[in-house]
Amino acid sequence: MEHIVIIGNGISGVTAARHIRKLSDKKITIVSAESDFFFSRTALMYVYMGHMKFEHTQPYENWFWKKNRIDLKKGFVSSIDTNSKTLHFADKDTLIYDKLIIATGSKPNKFGWPGQDLKGVQGLYHKQDLENLEVYAPNNKTCKRAVIVGGGLIGIELAEMLHSRHIPVTFLVRESSFWNGVLPDGESQMINEEILKNGIDLRLSNNLKEIVSDENGKVKSVIIEETDEEITCDFVGLTAGVSPNINFIKESNIETNRGVLVNRFLETNIKDVYAIGDCAEQRETIGNRRPIEAVWYTGRMMGETVAQTICGNKIQYKPGHWFNSAKFFDIEYQTYGWVHGQKGKPDYEQHFHWMHEDRTKCITIAYHKTTNLFLGINTFGIRMRHEIFDKWLNEGRDVTYVLEHLADANFDPEFYKLHEKDIVAQFNTENNTNVQLKKKSWKRIFSIQA
Amino acid sequence: MKKLQHIGLGLFLVGLALFTSLIFLGKYEVNSELFQTFVSNKGIKSELFISNINANVVDKTFTNPFAFSSKITSALETANATHKAANEWDKVIWDKPHSFSFELAKQVGSGLIQENKGLFWWLTFGLGIFGALLYIVPNVITLGPPGIKNNGIYLNAATNRGWIGWFAFVFLVGFYILLYFRPDYIVNWVYLVDPISESISGNAASQWFLYGFLYCVVMIVMAIRMYIKYRHNKYQILRTTSVLFFQIVFAFLIPEILVRFEKPWYDFKNAFPLDYDFFFSWNLDQLIASGGLGLFILVWGIVLTLVIVPLMVYFFGKRWYCSWVCGCGGLAETLGDPYRQLSDKSLKAWKLERWLVHGVLVFALFMTGLTLYSYFSGAQQVIGLKTQTIQDIYGFLIGSIFAGVIGTGFYPIFGNRVWCRFGCPLAAYLGLVQRFKSRFRITTNGGQCISCGNCSTYCEQGIDVRAYAQKGENIVRASCVGCGICSAVCPRGVLKLENGPEKGRINPTEILLGNDVDLMDLINQK
Repeated sequence: MEHIVIIGNGISGVTAARHIRKLSDKKITIVSAESDFFFSRTALMYVYMGHMKFEHTQPYENWFWKKNRIDLKKGFVSSIDTNSKTLHFADKDTLIYDKLIIATGSKPNKFGWPGQDLKGVQGLYHKQDLENLEVYAPNNKTCKRAVIVGGGLIGIELAEMLHSRHIPVTFLVRESSFWNGVLPDGESQMINEEILKNGIDLRLSNNLKEIVSDENGKVKSVIIEETDEEITCDFVGLTAGVSPNINFIKESNIETNRGVLVNRFLETNIKDVYAIGDCAEQRETIGNRRPIEAVWYTGRMMGETVAQTICGNKIQYKPGHWFNSAKFFDIEYQTYGWVHGQKGKPDYEQHFHWMHEDRTKCITIAYHKTTNLFLGINTFGIRMRHEIFDKWLNEGRDVTYVLEHLADANFDPEFYKLHEKDIVAQFNTENNTNVQLKKKSWKRIFSIQA
Repeated sequence: MKKLQHIGLGLFLVGLALFTSLIFLGKYEVNSELFQTFVSNKGIKSELFISNINANVVDKTFTNPFAFSSKITSALETANATHKAANEWDKVIWDKPHSFSFELAKQVGSGLIQENKGLFWWLTFGLGIFGALLYIVPNVITLGPPGIKNNGIYLNAATNRGWIGWFAFVFLVGFYILLYFRPDYIVNWVYLVDPISESISGNAASQWFLYGFLYCVVMIVMAIRMYIKYRHNKYQILRTTSVLFFQIVFAFLIPEILVRFEKPWYDFKNAFPLDYDFFFSWNLDQLIASGGLGLFILVWGIVLTLVIVPLMVYFFGKRWYCSWVCGCGGLAETLGDPYRQLSDKSLKAWKLERWLVHGVLVFALFMTGLTLYSYFSGAQQVIGLKTQTIQDIYGFLIGSIFAGVIGTGFYPIFGNRVWCRFGCPLAAYLGLVQRFKSRFRITTNGGQCISCGNCSTYCEQGIDVRAYAQKGENIVRASCVGCGICSAVCPRGVLKLENGPEKGRINPTEILLGNDVDLMDLINQK
């Protein structure tokens, strides 16, 4: 029986294992050094905040793995010998594979800051990070102030976490406005306000210069590059992005760049070795997507795809239209298709921006300047239907069509106040058009599933 | 603000402690004249019982309800045993001993509380309500801006099955045991609400009036908590208002007012088989004897169960009843909200649930079948089973123990929907309709799920919502009461409760939305 070994028990590796099991009887082993069972790392924040216990982050009950004949091996892979198809573990154990899937995910970026390895300095990615957080920032007595370095999605989550335990937070953001490398200005500004509203000491255009140690090798303060200001703190969160967790592969024959290089079939340069998820780097870019995408659902999709290939149905990895979501304190965010921030915005991309007067809800619709083709939407504080936008993007709808049918796309809970009328009215005023909003139609909404 | 909340909590606890201590107070004296009246009113023919009470109770003073109760119930049981042995059936007193003792105690109690009902109402109910509100209302500020604020729920001993949870469990279970099985111990509590009962129905309060009143008070206070906690979520606000309205107006005021006009006590929204004694002979007789209104109730009760309930479930899902109208649901969604995360999500629990809840439905239908057969045929026994015995077993096991003691008492341990999930026969019936013939579903929003598990954690019915959401499947489950909390706590806007066409409602997916694998290729190659 062919033995499939998967390194990494995150969403990518586990999805691959589940689908291989659905499709075949192959022997499957998942290797992890991080945790005994698969858990959802996106939920680590909720454990710290007390919304859940750690076991709630585990999507499958513990009997699931045995029942589905997926072997779990706890161990740290130190090297891979692709000639003899052998994994070598830190504890000298070995494991022979017929096919290998590398799904080792990411690790937090560290950019060589002085003091970046001190006690009380960490990222937020692994289960161990959560455990350390309980040591260095369990409450506002042990941790009188925390500093977060890096204004991305994990940074703002960490800010929300610490804030939930009433720990004062200073948030250093390199950009001039939160996440404005991705978000258009109006949205980015709205999130700045949300951060401030929650009492976070937000420092825009501030870089970290140095992390200062106390006599015990624990963080004492940070120094800011621009002002040389020293901020006393007991905890530093490094959240300046993540990069592939592939150090143990560097010595092997498997070709790597920043990540493990793969073709569209998720194959590496070595036969029978595949890489999926955050640690995989596409040799050829796919649409507007980056070669490395550290996103939950892309890991899942690569797992689904590689399982097909391994089980004899060789198919390309073909992610569909871009989508994503996040939550910034109390403001939910969803995006479908491409909406660019100031940076990297193509010339043809025109934006229509609507903001609710309470400044907690807004949308931005991107469309083609000359053809009016709908390119994408960012929505804050209003939930929208994935299926509908996927369909409209497939059908190549224009911005007028999207606005006319915007009511179909709403996904807010029942009885919520709807804003489509305001949105369309503003569009008409700005563009001197006469778009008429159509009533929500179940027929149109559910025709997708027919 | 924190200080204010602590004061509030303190006042609440003082009110609660005082309320609890009332059990041990009071004076119970029966004089012979009063006892004579009682005996003739009740039509008691047992001279054995009468002489026993005359010897041991009359003109004696009892300073707590326990000794009094013990004398009365033992007298009753001894007399009954003798009469039964001698086949003197007309002399047997058929009342439940503690209900009988409650009736007498209620008439003869005196002392501080009985004489100062209003004052003690304010010191117990008043202080409790005021303290609770003082604790709850500052949440508007302390919780932070509107939004899901479940911070610290699993770090708090009250909500993570810690010592406070266990304490609350013991208290609630104790309360229900007293209410159902030892009403004569809580005469003093009932005195507190006499003035209110008299103003509504014109009668002195029974323990059931106390329970109904307390139920409404608890729901109002905890609904205010809901309004604050979910003030950003209009679905929750409307739903809470709805259950509150139906509890206060339909379950409490209308029935009491009906009594005032000498009509049968009836809760118009309480559908059979949750209202399990609807077809009991005493109820049918009473309804038939009550003229036009009685007949209307009879027809309404049948139409409600057979037509309205399933039709509404078809259009809106069982939520229209379970989390918008029902009293049990109302308490679960207000008092029980802090405990919703404690429901068991394991596959084992789901299996147990299906056996139990459908078992109770079968039991209820079986009992009702026997009851109706007996009613129309006059036979006391059917296929060797005594109808009365079956009714008593159901009333004790399901009506009291399951629905009350376990259903509510276990909130702090097993979550707030133990009864609704494992025991309610109406929920089982609604669930079957919802599962097989309904427009209701929880739609999963394409591929947006990140498997975080907030939905499953906060599902009071123990549904593993995430298991569906992370596969891109809609959630169509018999047990879902449509409380909408999974949708509320989802950080990524993945879940939406909605009523739509039946077609495509259940949608198992092979590959999630977002992955452009050619599905036809995939299927052809299989």
